[in-house]
Amino acid sequence: MAYRIIDSCVNCWACEPLCPSEAIRPAAPPAVTHFTIDARACTECEGDHADPQCASICPVEGAILDAAGEAVNPAGSLTGIPPERLAQVMAEIRAR
Amino acid sequence: MALEALDQPKLPAAGGCSASGCGSSTDKLAHLPEHIRTKVHNHPCFSEDAHHHYARMHVAVAPACNIQCHYCNRKYDCSNESRPGVVSELLTPEQAVAKTLAVAAEIPQMTVLGIAGPGDPLANPERTLATFRALSEKAPDIKLCVSTNGLALPELVDEICEHNIDHVTITINCVDPEIGAKIYPWIFWNNRRIKGAKAAKILIEQQQKGLQMLCDRGVLVKVNSVLIPGVNDEHLKEVSRVVKAKGAFLHNVMPLIAEPEHGTFYGLMGQRGPSNEELQALQDECAGDMAMMRHCRQCRADAVGMLGEDRGAEFTNEKVAAMDIDYAAAMARRAEVHAAIEANRAAQQQQRNESFVPITSLLGSRKRSQPQPKPAAVPAARFAVATTGGGVINEHFGHAREFLVYEAATRGDSVDVRFLGARKVDLYCAGGDTCGDAEDALAKTIRTLEGVTGVLCSKIGIEPWDRLEVAGLVPNGEHAMEPIEDAVAAVYRELLAEGRLAPPAEAAVLSA
Repeated sequence: MAYRIIDSCVNCWACEPLCPSEAIRPAAPPAVTHFTIDARACTECEGDHADPQCASICPVEGAILDAAGEAVNPAGSLTGIPPERLAQVMAEIRAR
Repeated sequence: MALEALDQPKLPAAGGCSASGCGSSTDKLAHLPEHIRTKVHNHPCFSEDAHHHYARMHVAVAPACNIQCHYCNRKYDCSNESRPGVVSELLTPEQAVAKTLAVAAEIPQMTVLGIAGPGDPLANPERTLATFRALSEKAPDIKLCVSTNGLALPELVDEICEHNIDHVTITINCVDPEIGAKIYPWIFWNNRRIKGAKAAKILIEQQQKGLQMLCDRGVLVKVNSVLIPGVNDEHLKEVSRVVKAKGAFLHNVMPLIAEPEHGTFYGLMGQRGPSNEELQALQDECAGDMAMMRHCRQCRADAVGMLGEDRGAEFTNEKVAAMDIDYAAAMARRAEVHAAIEANRAAQQQQRNESFVPITSLLGSRKRSQPQPKPAAVPAARFAVATTGGGVINEHFGHAREFLVYEAATRGDSVDVRFLGARKVDLYCAGGDTCGDAEDALAKTIRTLEGVTGVLCSKIGIEPWDRLEVAGLVPNGEHAMEPIEDAVAAVYRELLAEGRLAPPAEAAVLSA
């Protein structure tokens, strides 16, 4: 049972001081380009907080996955930007 | 311009003149107590006149944020992008201190070190305060500044005061949670992510509480607001009233920056930013209630140099590490440079007083019985100025990355010149390979200068001269190295005498 940070992480450090298990490691470039979670140490904040802390402050949708590999903050859940709108505008920008 | 007010502390504190409702733009800070005017005298972000002479820098030590704003996206980092929240290199407090000392030595006119992000400085209290602590010891001649969204402010006010940080900027976009819910999708508060109006309500309460606590302790507070058309435009007048009542001394209403490629909610959803006219109209309306800042360039969280320029690339971690800085020697040199700048400012002031009947003295006696200036009988006109700093016209038209727009108007026998704001343009003459694009850049520049009558620069090429004339603009390169206000007033008088200014009816629309 552990969360995972993937490469869409922007290295903003917001999660790191909040982790009650000190399970979050900063990037160590060039090998590791984003923050990571030590799966052995992560408790998903159980017993410490009502909500998992890293996923409650992370500003990037999809950057943190739960044990099942699902995004804790799926597309559109934080920014309010509907995923189809994002896809449409990105396609327009690429077509320029 | 603040110069007169700052250089003439003997003026009555009230100056017979409210914040900026009076005819002269030169005394917009005149209503402030002298100790405050002394504090902002060489602060480029807090004093409009100072920004011609002094530089600032931001160190990007604060990456984390505790809220989300719809105009911000933390994913992007492009060195060509100039907007808050964007940085190229994150610094540790130690790196930030080394960079600050290096910049202070290399750019002695740098007087202010700010921490502004790229996240929220107070959401990173250890990193932010460690930087301030070290700098207040090692570089006592540098002013320390912090800007914040205000969420964590109340709990940190005491520490801010302890570290001699006496300039704080709070971004306050609303005082109504329903409006806030359209600007802030979530906040992180008491270990939970909170959304909607409930989140906005907490943020607003924290901002107002923090503002009050700072003002009670005598800390100078500027309030930044982002003007978002259709969301908070009308509401910002209320914001201005509320923050002034609490004791904020300067209000900076900035235009929303929203482009789809920035990946922000507003950018992607097609929310437009305000036009220059809309921004100025709102600034003018808020000005009835408090001093307005109009020279903000919305700089990056790692900007270095004069406002409007960014020399950050000269001070990367790698380059700073290779520099050997003797700060004691640098401090002596800095003091000399600052003294020279002050002598220059005083000389400019002297020249201005000799070439004009001082507007303050002209209006002073009248104002007591008649606080509102008479409507101008002759038309006002706007002028765009190319300058690299120093308060003079000293930049080639083709090299200008921005133009400062001033408005000249006749008040009685005198010409009043007031600063309206800066307008960014693409570099017209980048030289070399880019010349094929010059046509487009010039056309864009001309569009950017909409509403402007004349363009003052140190020099201008024949081709752009013709193009400006065809577009109905009056180019002028005859006032190189002259103080901006003098030159603008001179060109205004000249055009007026030649009958080349718009009739009063049209001017009234322009200045509305």
